[in-house]
Amino acid sequence: MSDSTAVANGAAAGTVDSHHGEHPPYQRHHFETVGQQFDATNFAMWLFLLTEIMFFGGLFTAYLIMRNWYYPAFVEASHQLNVGWGTANTGVLIVSSFTMAMGVWSAEMRKKGLLLVFLGLTLLLGLAFLGIKSIEYSEKWEKHHVPGLNWSDASFLNPASDPEVYKEYHDKPLPPDMAEKTEMYFFLYFAMTGMHALHMIIGISILIFMIFRARADAYTTGHVTYVENFGLYWHFVDIVWIFLFPLLYLISRY
Amino acid sequence: MSEQHGHNEEHHEEEHHIVSPMTYGLILLTLLVATGLTVWMSFIDLGEWHITNGLTLFWNPVVALLIACTKMTLVVLFFMHVKYSARLTKLTVASGFFVFLVLIGMTMTDYFSRAWGRW
Repeated sequence: MSDSTAVANGAAAGTVDSHHGEHPPYQRHHFETVGQQFDATNFAMWLFLLTEIMFFGGLFTAYLIMRNWYYPAFVEASHQLNVGWGTANTGVLIVSSFTMAMGVWSAEMRKKGLLLVFLGLTLLLGLAFLGIKSIEYSEKWEKHHVPGLNWSDASFLNPASDPEVYKEYHDKPLPPDMAEKTEMYFFLYFAMTGMHALHMIIGISILIFMIFRARADAYTTGHVTYVENFGLYWHFVDIVWIFLFPLLYLISRY
Repeated sequence: MSEQHGHNEEHHEEEHHIVSPMTYGLILLTLLVATGLTVWMSFIDLGEWHITNGLTLFWNPVVALLIACTKMTLVVLFFMHVKYSARLTKLTVASGFFVFLVLIGMTMTDYFSRAWGRW
């Protein structure tokens, strides 16, 4: 062992020994204070969220360009979506953001029971969102409006060609050039809402993990970083939907 | 050394702001009302502004995006605690959105001006 290592080890052991008991067990030794540790992890979480903003930004930019090129087709295709389901899902997600914020508050106040209640509610609302989304997706599948997997131009050119779907929805036929471009709208619709739904699924998986950890008193000791940073992620996913909803569902509804 | 350590911790306890359930409730209410508003506005024709030949601004998407931006700001400031966060976090968030807008803005100006006058 070289001298410098021995000195370093000795110094480290010395400081650690005199140090322990003077700070909460969850404070890592490379941070001066709990506050510094909190700010550093908060900063890191935001850096991750910025990469997420850039990732969704590419999809939003593609949407803006295509919408400007094929506006009439985008209007017709967007009217295939159900504003009621879309509004309900926006409400569900906003309330889930509220319950998540209240979960962070419960962890900060060290109320384990409330934390479990709010994490559970957030989980249920997240599942409700995915449930409503799957109702909408299955309708698109039924109408052959899923690009690449189950797509048919005829469903727009001549909706009456599928009598079972037609008697339920009574869609008006579209001219060929417009019918063709609705595929671009639905491609972007599935890419954007699908990527959003994937983020929801990841969030729900982490929520389930967190509920087990919360039951084992992991977040009610004053160490709220994990709950706080997961909250940031959950709210971010909510913000993405806040933009997806008017852009995809509410084009020229008048 | 140990004294300073304890002092800093106390200092942090003061700094770490716990947002009250009341504030969260008010934000929730505002967000739900704004959602209703954006749906209602989308069923009304807000008209358009002919800026110049071939360049028209429709007010409906502008209003929809303004409401969405307001909702986002509320979520970021209160649910995500940026209003009460360290300066570094505020700067990070602001610069992130700024760069995002620059990227979208530059791309869109290119797309709009490339075939200028050949509409």
